[in-house]
Amino acid sequence: MYRCRETVFKGKNGNEIFIKKTIFKTYYIRTPKILVCGYIGVGVKMSDQITFTIDGIEVKGKADQTILQAADEAGIYIPRLCYHPELVPHGSCRICTVLVNGKPQTACTQPIAEGMTVENDTQELKEHRRNLIDMLFIEGNHFCMFCEKSGNCELQAMAYRLGILSPKYPYLYPKKDVDSTHPDIFLDLDRCILCGRCVEASRDVDGKGVFEFAGRSIEKKITVNAEAYLKDTDLAVTDKAADVCPVGTINKKRTAFAVPIGKRLYDKKPIGSEIEERKK
Amino acid sequence: MSENLQAEIKRICQSCGNDRTRMMDIVRAVQEKFGQVSGEAMNHIAKCISCRRVEVEGVVSFYAFLSKKPRGKVVIRLCNDVVDKMQGVDAVAEEFKKQLNIDFGQTTPDGKITLEYTPCIGMCDQAPAALINDEVITYLSTDKVKQIIAELKQHYEPAKLKHRLGDGNNAHELVHSCVHNGIRKKGMVIFTEYKHEAGLKNALAISSVEVINEVKTTRLRGRGGAGFPTGIKWQFTRAAAGEKKFILCNADEGEPGTFKDRVILTECADMLFEGMTIAGYAIGAEMGILYLRAEYNYLRKLLEKVLQERRDKNLLGKNILGKKGFNFDITIQMGAGAYICGEETALISSCEGSRGDPKTRPPFPAQKGYLGYPTAVNNVETLCCVTRILEMGAAWFAEIGSAGSPGTKLLSICGDCKLPGVYELPFGIKVKDLLKEVGAEDAQAVLIGGPSGQIIGSNDYNRTISYDDLATGGAVVVFGPERDIIEIAAWYMEFFVEEGCGYCTPCRVGNVLLKRNLDKILAGYGEPEDLDILQELGESIKITSRCGLGQTSPNPVLTTLKNFRKIYESRVKKAADGMQPMFDIRKALGDAESIAHRNSVIFTPLEKTANSNFRERSEVL
Repeated sequence: MYRCRETVFKGKNGNEIFIKKTIFKTYYIRTPKILVCGYIGVGVKMSDQITFTIDGIEVKGKADQTILQAADEAGIYIPRLCYHPELVPHGSCRICTVLVNGKPQTACTQPIAEGMTVENDTQELKEHRRNLIDMLFIEGNHFCMFCEKSGNCELQAMAYRLGILSPKYPYLYPKKDVDSTHPDIFLDLDRCILCGRCVEASRDVDGKGVFEFAGRSIEKKITVNAEAYLKDTDLAVTDKAADVCPVGTINKKRTAFAVPIGKRLYDKKPIGSEIEERKK
Repeated sequence: MSENLQAEIKRICQSCGNDRTRMMDIVRAVQEKFGQVSGEAMNHIAKCISCRRVEVEGVVSFYAFLSKKPRGKVVIRLCNDVVDKMQGVDAVAEEFKKQLNIDFGQTTPDGKITLEYTPCIGMCDQAPAALINDEVITYLSTDKVKQIIAELKQHYEPAKLKHRLGDGNNAHELVHSCVHNGIRKKGMVIFTEYKHEAGLKNALAISSVEVINEVKTTRLRGRGGAGFPTGIKWQFTRAAAGEKKFILCNADEGEPGTFKDRVILTECADMLFEGMTIAGYAIGAEMGILYLRAEYNYLRKLLEKVLQERRDKNLLGKNILGKKGFNFDITIQMGAGAYICGEETALISSCEGSRGDPKTRPPFPAQKGYLGYPTAVNNVETLCCVTRILEMGAAWFAEIGSAGSPGTKLLSICGDCKLPGVYELPFGIKVKDLLKEVGAEDAQAVLIGGPSGQIIGSNDYNRTISYDDLATGGAVVVFGPERDIIEIAAWYMEFFVEEGCGYCTPCRVGNVLLKRNLDKILAGYGEPEDLDILQELGESIKITSRCGLGQTSPNPVLTTLKNFRKIYESRVKKAADGMQPMFDIRKALGDAESIAHRNSVIFTPLEKTANSNFRERSEVL
């Protein structure tokens, strides 16, 4: 679907209607067949505020927001994994897939538009999300009971939130590397979900570019900016990149059990609760 | 060696203006020169073009034609597409292994010859085929393999291999290839006589908006597979804000079973470039890029020559044909072996010198494409149609074909048929009539639109090839009565497993699971529940994948499940104990047992208690 500068929504006949706002507060309405120029009545408010619905609930957001951002502000939780509020949405995990006017889109990348209908908490989408979580578990080697990230892990927490106790697909048991050469940080690719947060954080926030993707398809993996080892990069324990990993791939040494299991982030409340609590 | 490497890389990078966005050209050149892009080479490249080493590594590890590890001076890439498998590639593969005394993925101990598999190289009508460096060798047989290896071992120069020459421009000195065009049926639009440059002249005589309107009037839709209306794409690109605009031609034809663009590029390059020039005029672009798949590198010199001739005739360059202010030129960007780069945003990523990952949409290429500028990406065949539309007029074009799908379509037909090749046919032709034409009336199944299209059975042979019914980018593969449909679906899934970019979860992991599930059924372990798993998993991949590749990748499974359900059902059976065996436990325990020198005791359900539950069986035991 192509969008004009401002908004696009479905007309009654199913045609897409483009509304373009000019500096003179004149609005162009264009369907594939007609072009109308004129003022829009008082009924349609075309300020910065955009109104749409998520599962039938009216949500107001600002222009340039994504569905996920607007939903977060409204206290509606859309499950997600690779998304990080301080980074450019990567859109790779696909957990936040919602139906926008019936068409699947990732909420973290799709801008909001006036009048759009978003379906989020449906049985069908829940099934797809469970399947995606299952896939992430079986493509890596995740031993939650031995993992120091347990209780703080977003993948584990998301699985619990979606009611997964064990994956239904057969494990792939891949051989992955562990790199513990760096004095303060160790890298365990067994647990990597290829969310790209470390890549972006190191490049865009730290200005270093320590991480990048290598390989493709099921062989795709995170690699470091050196011949082989993390110790030969300029990664520092204070870097943003060392803080953003949602799973137990990038770990700070000597901090593993500073917070005991049972008192960790997701031990008391399911992931997403903090967003749902914003709901007025 | 090391200093030589550094100096040579410096030279290569300089020849590319030390431009980071020309990474593809740089790494390709290094690969060609040194047979690898080593870690040391990556460091030098990164230094020259001011990027991080890991970016170079990311690119090199993405493309099949590039490698960090050394490859031989001669690289033999045997095509193991489904059609090649049907034409007996396995025997050919065995012969290569025997003659070279190495396995696939290996290099001879002297470091001279590397043997690899590669997916569809666009030669399905003359399979089995292989690429030996840039040389294409078709109709392989075990005898031919013996002869090729014997010759190669004398000079290690694939260009010197003796072979007959193909027809048309394949015999041109700049191509010198044994490929033959295989044009079986000429049509009214592409494979026909036309007035060169009449279309361009007509276009330049009217405004660019009028050109777009002309194309819109014909309702021309993209010929690559997605079928987006070309005129509307151009209109968006033209309307989008940007200092520069670009027109990209997608010649990364990689859909298994598709080879029609190969023939256009060989015989109708002028028509294509004329169409690109018209497109450039229409959207306001000064530069066009032809993204050519690495497998078609053998056509590059010919295409460069055609471009040069056009420059000499002022059909490219400044103030084209005297039209003041209309400046336009075309460059060729080589790919490096990645099917995903046929996806338009992945193609743009690749042109920008990055990994061939599709981009997040929105923004769409028409808004923000190549280097962030508004970009229109069109298929080779689409642009040829444009030339003809501007030459003959919209009304002429709209008359051809069916109501919703004007024009002709090039179909590349192969597999179990008597007359494989390229057919130009008006839209609206019935599959039944098509099969008659190609000599395959006994077809058990037909793949329309490649593996990302659909596999249909005889119940659907009355359907038509058109955008409203059976849409296709051109691939039609015929499967005879003896073929195993499930095996074919599994082969195609293997292709998607190999060729996905790995960016998003469903396509990266889901396709591996689909493939494994099919293998399980093929091995005789399948149960009725497996069919539900295939269906459910396939739908999840379809709904949640990020780009067109992922969204269509489960189609070999989903369409065969729908159209050949009975075959699947006959291959699965309920396990006696109601449990799902995931693997062969005896085999899995083999190693441990041999170390321990004793056999493990394995619980096996008794035959007669097939319907009893676990508790009853426990009592028996």
